[in-house]
Order: sequence, then C-alpha cells, then structure tokens
Amino acid sequence: MSVDEKTVRRIAHLARIAVTDEEVPHLQGELNAILSFVEQLNEVNVDGVEPMTSVTPMTMKKRQDGVTDGGYPDKIIRNAPATEDNFFLVPKVVE
Amino acid sequence: MTELTHLTISEARDGLKAKTFSAAELAQAHIAAVEKARALNAYVLETPEKALAQAKASDEKIAKGEARPLEGIPLGIKDLFCTEGVVSTAGSRILGNFTPPYESTVTQNLWNDGAVMLGKLNMDEFAMGSSNETSAFGPVVSPWRREGSNVSAGASGQIEGTHLVPGGSSGGSAAAVAAHLCLGATATDTGGSIRQPAAFTGTVGIKPTYGRVSRWGTVAFASSLDQAGPITRTVRDAAIMLRSMAGPDAKDTTCVDLPVPDFEAAVTRGVKGLKIGIPKEYRVDGMSPEIEALWRQGTEWLRAAGAEIVEVSLPHTKYALPAYYIVAPAEASSNLARYDGVRYGLRENGRDIVDLYEKTRAAGFGREVKRRIMIGTYVLSAGYYDAYYVRAQKIRTLIKRDFEEVYAQGVHAILTPATPSAAFGIGEKGSGDPVEMYLNDIFTVTVNMAGLPGIAVPAGLDSQGLPLGLQLIGRAFDEETLFAAGQVIEDAAGRIALPQPWWA
Repeated sequence: MSVDEKTVRRIAHLARIAVTDEEVPHLQGELNAILSFVEQLNEVNVDGVEPMTSVTPMTMKKRQDGVTDGGYPDKIIRNAPATEDNFFLVPKVVE
Repeated sequence: MTELTHLTISEARDGLKAKTFSAAELAQAHIAAVEKARALNAYVLETPEKALAQAKASDEKIAKGEARPLEGIPLGIKDLFCTEGVVSTAGSRILGNFTPPYESTVTQNLWNDGAVMLGKLNMDEFAMGSSNETSAFGPVVSPWRREGSNVSAGASGQIEGTHLVPGGSSGGSAAAVAAHLCLGATATDTGGSIRQPAAFTGTVGIKPTYGRVSRWGTVAFASSLDQAGPITRTVRDAAIMLRSMAGPDAKDTTCVDLPVPDFEAAVTRGVKGLKIGIPKEYRVDGMSPEIEALWRQGTEWLRAAGAEIVEVSLPHTKYALPAYYIVAPAEASSNLARYDGVRYGLRENGRDIVDLYEKTRAAGFGREVKRRIMIGTYVLSAGYYDAYYVRAQKIRTLIKRDFEEVYAQGVHAILTPATPSAAFGIGEKGSGDPVEMYLNDIFTVTVNMAGLPGIAVPAGLDSQGLPLGLQLIGRAFDEETLFAAGQVIEDAAGRIALPQPWWA
C-alpha cells in the first residue's frame, strides 16, 4: 500500500500537525518508503496467532482505591503557557 | 595517581572509601572536563552547583561511615529523565523550558544511593534516531575519529572536519562516558538506543528485561518497548549502576515486584557449563567480514571459558524491524498526543484550538518525530488497523515465541553482533530514505520486541580503528548471566583504549 498527497494531508490533520504545500511531497516519499519496507510482513502466516498485548506475562498490580497524591494545583500549572486561577487557558472552544 | 576522570565506578568507590580523594575533588575534576569538552555537545545542560552540593553531602556521609552504594559517583543523565527543578527537554523544542516539579523514579533511586548529577545529556529527539542527529540541540560529536581523519578542534572551539556520530538515541550518554565526562550515564532503549551507541563508542550498555526498571517520570516514546539502563566503561560498572536504577515501583504498573539481584556478584561467575546460542538468522546478507570475524572471535572466547556453543534458529528475525516500525510509531503517536501547547512547553497561537494544536506541533516537533507520529497515526486509523497494527502485534508474538523455544532447549544466552557496522560519519545515512538509518537496529530491535535483556560489550576495533561491539541476549529477568558472559568477553578482548582528549 502507498499513500497519495490527499492521504498525507488527512493523516497530518488526524495527527494535528500543520504541513505546508512544500512539505507534502517529501512526507509522501518518506512515508511510502517506510510503508514499502513493512510490506514484507505480509509474507508471514499469522493464522491462529494471538496479537501480543503484554510482553511480560503479569497480572495488573492493584492498590486500595484511595487518594494518594495531589492537592498542589500551583505545581500542575507551573509549566503552562497560559493560566488563570489555576486553570489552563485555551482559545474559545464553545460559541 | 590516575586522573580522577579515568577511574571506573568501582575504582572511584574504593578511592572514596579509602579517602584517597574526596567526592568534591572527584566532582570538580569532572566539571572541569565537561567544560573543556563543550565542542562535543554531549551535555545539553551542565549542573555544576548541584553536583558540588551533592558531592559535599556525600563527603559528609563518607566521613560518618555511612556511604551508600553510589556515594559520590558523578553521573550524566540522559535528558529523557525528568529531574525536579532542572529543565528536561527530551531533545525536543516542543517541551520548551519545561521544568519538572517531580523526579523520575530512576534518578531518584540514583540520588537515594548517593550519586552525583553532572548535567543532562543530549539525545535524539524523543529518543527517535540512531545517530543523535535528530536532536533539537544539534548532533553530538563522537570522541572517536577514523585513523588519519581530518577531524580536529578548530581555533574557535568548533569541531572541524566530518566527524563521526556516537550512535543514538543515547548518543550524549555514550559520548560522555567514552570521553571521560562522567563515570557512567543513564540511557534508554526502545529499539537499540543503549546498545548501538555503546557499540559505536567502545562502552558497555545494558537494556534490562522489560519491567526491571520503572518508567515513571521518563518521557515516553513507545511504552511497551521503552526500558532504561546504564552506559558505563566496564561490565562491572554496568552491574553496579543497574542495581541502583532497578527495582519495584508502585507508580509504574508495568514495573515488576521482583527483588533486584546483586548484579555485581554475578560479574565473576564465568560461563563454565553455560549453553550459548548462535542464531543463524543473524548472519545477514552483505555482512561485513570484520563483523563476522568479531562474532566468531567472541564465540571462541566463550568456548575457551567453558561455555558450550550451539547453533540456534530464530526464524522470524527478519520481520522484527518492519514490525517495530509499526508498533513503535503507533505507540509514539498516542504518547506524543499530549504535546498540545496547553499544559506545558511550547505554544504557537492559532485562530482556534485545532489551529493552535497544529501550529504548535508543526513548530515544536522535528522531521523524524513528525514522520513517526504520522506513520503511527496511519497504521492506527480506521481501515488500516488490522492490516498493519494487529498483524505487527501477531508477528511480535511469533518473535517472542522464537526466543522461548530456544531457551526451552536449555540455551542460557545468545551471542550476536551489536551493530551491522562501526560508527558512520555525520550526514552519511538516512538523508534520502529513512529506512537506511533504521537498519542500524537490525540486531538489537528483536530484544525489545520480545521484552528480553541485552548487553553490548566492546570486543575489538575495525580496520579504521573504530570500536565494534558484541551483544548477548538473555532470558527474561536473567541479567546476571549477561554480566557473567559480558565480563568473559571484556577479559578476553581487553579493555578498549578510549580516545585521547583531542577536543579539549
């Protein structure tokens, strides 16, 4: 499989990365090089093989359902580009 | 007395204990070496005040006879580990001046054991790369030069000539250890990012079993493959450092509740009676005769030390790298969704929220990272998920099964080359086709896909005078055998003479 320019733009939008018109052909070439490299996986017979979900067989660790951390909003927002009253600020989302 | 920066961790530990020198003197010697080596670009941030404060505390502990396992040992920290109050970048512009209000578990474990932090080390952006050329802070210069090369430190303090890459993504870590800019460094490995740079720089690097080391507070690339480990100058030092880095952590549910063995005790165990497998599928087409000879030499060294050598088969080896280039980007596209210009890091304003996201991510991510996020987005998108992602995860099951079958035959560890070649020059690979760069990880990536431990140990020099490494792959949670066999190789090969400081 290979991707066309329209698909490159669609993937970029899904990934929330702005791309310029000049970047599209380069990205298309690079993505297609990777896709053609992974094409060889189609040679493998995977009938009846379970997809891996956990590389080390282990049961999920559990703990008591309780509050163990938190209560420091100033630390949480300290690195944010824009804040007000311990809230993150973004452009208006709802009209 | 040997120069303080040329000691191993175990020698420095002995010297501090015997009060031959102080932790402050040891830190000072390293701070001076780091300052003189800025042209190598191994450190992205130096923290000399922190190092001296920690060293002072170490000297007090030593005076009271309360020295901890890494008391006063100066280390470099890959900039993928979050360090409280110290800017952490992951080699990316998108994190801006992000200053974590918390400490990663790995670094906290090191400080709890008395280690001293010299600074943060350069790396490929988000650990995506095999040459340290994708860093937002510029490439790292390898301290190694080809025989007769024109690379030198120019009058302006800039490097002149076509220099070699130190490998990646832990390129700053490997270069700093090889150039004597720290006694050891933390590193991380998702597809070979500890073992490949270690092999390129004549240093030792171990990627432990998935789950041995906590990932909490380490910037995530591909969560099912990422694992932290040390890069050091000897096998023994790697064992000492890994013991401090590893251990259970309630903050990481994938970190196992297993006690950490005394890895250092395993170093002198030897390989007598062990069965070492040589996988025939690693003899790839076009393999350089030098790599093949090195591999044969390593086999002979282990045999001479009493190991039984057997040929083994790992039939799905060739599919590990393509499957990795589906699984790792898929996980990365999900993990890196958090860099949105809202909660931390860079923000590029836009006309609405989506425009803000798109502009921020376009400006903040480098080319390799964008490429991988986009591949990951594509293979996870509707209509392609089964054909790419699910198929790759099934192949991952087969790769792991290959190893299980070999270990079930009584094989204790597997010997392979660490890389298909010695270090290459900056700009030499991957400019046209990204896959050319990806092929660097052909021998290391299977280990991440199967969650197993792997160690790279320097084993010789090529015809250009550059180091080459061998890799040992172990059973899950049996890093001890890797330290034992790694020491046999180190003893037989002799410690590699690291480069003289031509850059200073």
